[in-house]
Amino acid sequence: MWTTIVQIAPYAIVFTIPLLITALGGLFSERSGVVNIGLEGLMIMGAFAGAFTTFKLQALYPNNPYMIWVGLLAALLAGALFSLLHAFASINLSADQVISGTAINMIAGAITIFLARNMTGSGNIRISNFAPYNIRGFSDIPIIGPLIFSKTYDTTWLVLAIVAISSFVLYKTPFGLRLRACGEHPHAAEAAGVNVKRMRYIGVMISGAFSGLGGAIIIVTYAGEFTGSVAGLGFLALASLIFGQWKPLGVLAATLFFGIASTVANVSQVIPSLAVFPPIILKIFPYVVTLIALIVFSKSSRAPKAVGEPYDSGKR
Amino acid sequence: MNNRIVVSLLAVVFGLLAGAVLMAVTGHDPITGYSYLFEGGLKNPERIGNTLATATPLIFSGLSVAFAFRTGLFNIGVAGQLLFGGFCASAVGLSLDLPKAILLILMLIAGFVGGALWAVVPGFLKAKFNVHEVVSSIMMNWIAYWTIYYAVPAYLKGEFLETESKPLPESASLKVSFLTDMFDGSYINLGLFVAVIAVIIVAFIINKTTFGYELKAVGNNRHAAEYAGIAVNRSIILSMAISGGIAGIGGVALYAGNASNIQIGILPSQGFDGIAVALLGANSPVGVLLSALFFGLLYSGRGFMNAMTEIPPEIADSIIAIIIYFAATSILIERLIRWFIRRKANAKSASEHEGKVK
Repeated sequence: MWTTIVQIAPYAIVFTIPLLITALGGLFSERSGVVNIGLEGLMIMGAFAGAFTTFKLQALYPNNPYMIWVGLLAALLAGALFSLLHAFASINLSADQVISGTAINMIAGAITIFLARNMTGSGNIRISNFAPYNIRGFSDIPIIGPLIFSKTYDTTWLVLAIVAISSFVLYKTPFGLRLRACGEHPHAAEAAGVNVKRMRYIGVMISGAFSGLGGAIIIVTYAGEFTGSVAGLGFLALASLIFGQWKPLGVLAATLFFGIASTVANVSQVIPSLAVFPPIILKIFPYVVTLIALIVFSKSSRAPKAVGEPYDSGKR
Repeated sequence: MNNRIVVSLLAVVFGLLAGAVLMAVTGHDPITGYSYLFEGGLKNPERIGNTLATATPLIFSGLSVAFAFRTGLFNIGVAGQLLFGGFCASAVGLSLDLPKAILLILMLIAGFVGGALWAVVPGFLKAKFNVHEVVSSIMMNWIAYWTIYYAVPAYLKGEFLETESKPLPESASLKVSFLTDMFDGSYINLGLFVAVIAVIIVAFIINKTTFGYELKAVGNNRHAAEYAGIAVNRSIILSMAISGGIAGIGGVALYAGNASNIQIGILPSQGFDGIAVALLGANSPVGVLLSALFFGLLYSGRGFMNAMTEIPPEIADSIIAIIIYFAATSILIERLIRWFIRRKANAKSASEHEGKVK
């Protein structure tokens, strides 16, 4: 049993990280009052930008490990820029935010493959990705060493740091308070002198940047190749956000749950102690649990009160 | 209503222009690209037949999304409902040995029931627990995906491949020889007629029945509808069930008409395109029919365009996605129209003014 857990843990963490950063981005957007169902598309855009930039740079400077970081930065920027489409539609034009987000998903899914095909023909972009490593000293610690500090990536620690900083920013700084106020009572926030539209722009752009980073992290860690989709992870991130009740630590727990459940489902056939479950049960398990969680939390939902409503400063 | 038509047409124009820009930016000639794209969908009877066949599942998925929209529900789970409805129909088609007419009717019923079952879950959760239908129907999509992934090899396995179901016999196919012959061997099938009938029925339900009125009332203002004595929860569940049922029949058209078996590991993209179709068609049944035909044209012509030029076929998907963005931001277009009208009026009054001065 212990060996199984040790085998699975690094994969589960690697799988969790892109979900975590994307869901955290969604948290900023929804806390500011804008529903962002376009997380999937923003991830795809980031994955494409990251893969494209890294691919081009690695051709110019082979064997330079820093090129991947430049790719991640490009993904961050691409996600933030692309999310402006959603921000403009939902903040300035009072469009239906769910439809605008769906359009974001469709545009990203189509245009990235279109562009990738113009480059490579097959539409796939292969890069040389990060290699996992053990953190010296820490990986020998009993129990948590092999679970957390083995076969790890730098991006994992970067994302965990971002989560910690985000928690602090959201709850301990004036900026965080204002952002959350815009998602709860935008009129009260405006009366207190907060520029609601600007805050919402910032929220959506943070979600774009984080989702873009999440998409690119998939490419530079376990995937190694851009294939034009992120296999529904953006929607899973959205579910984690609700599951985690719009709180950073809740999101961390929810995404970790999805990471472990998906990894267990993926490796179940090669690990004897898990092969007793029919694979279909393991595959649909995370989705069924999400449905159940949605029911359980429905009575005590902590959704931001004004989320999804276009802000009209004249309305009372 | 007229305004909506103008908005939709302008969204199409902007989408096509954006597609032209995309082609030009990637070093292709947009005029050649578009002429091959439309030729590919309309050049000869076979291609016209294929365009109509490609549009058929889109009519169903668009109708499904539009029907739910009217009740204020966003059914993003059409892909899963198509898949599960198609699976139920295929199971019926492969296991019963009956005359074609009876078998096809049974398959359509099975498709409707399968799709409805899949959509009732989010509907029920929405009505009873106020769970947002978008998230729950996305979960249902993935549950359908994995259910089919394991159920097809287990129960309907093909002879050679693990990844697809046994092909349906001739008696369980919506393809009929007179249509195939009329369109020179195209894969057009009876699904198109079922789709047109569905459009008429849905238009009748929405516009002419008390039930349709209640659904629209719930969609427009849930609380007002409740106050007026409409059973809101029942309306929500029924609306989702019918929406899913329409999608399920679309699955029959897709897997027993356009194709003859189910491939595993794919969520049918037609499900998500249904959102685009409904939005462009302004959620009206006739609008859905027209926009599905237009998207069918783009999808069926792209292969020919890709063969004759270097332009990747995803240009069609890109154009559709951009059209949807413009349809979603219709306020932008409406403002543009208003600005245009005002400018024209200003120019007119200015010129009249000038005339008086002279």
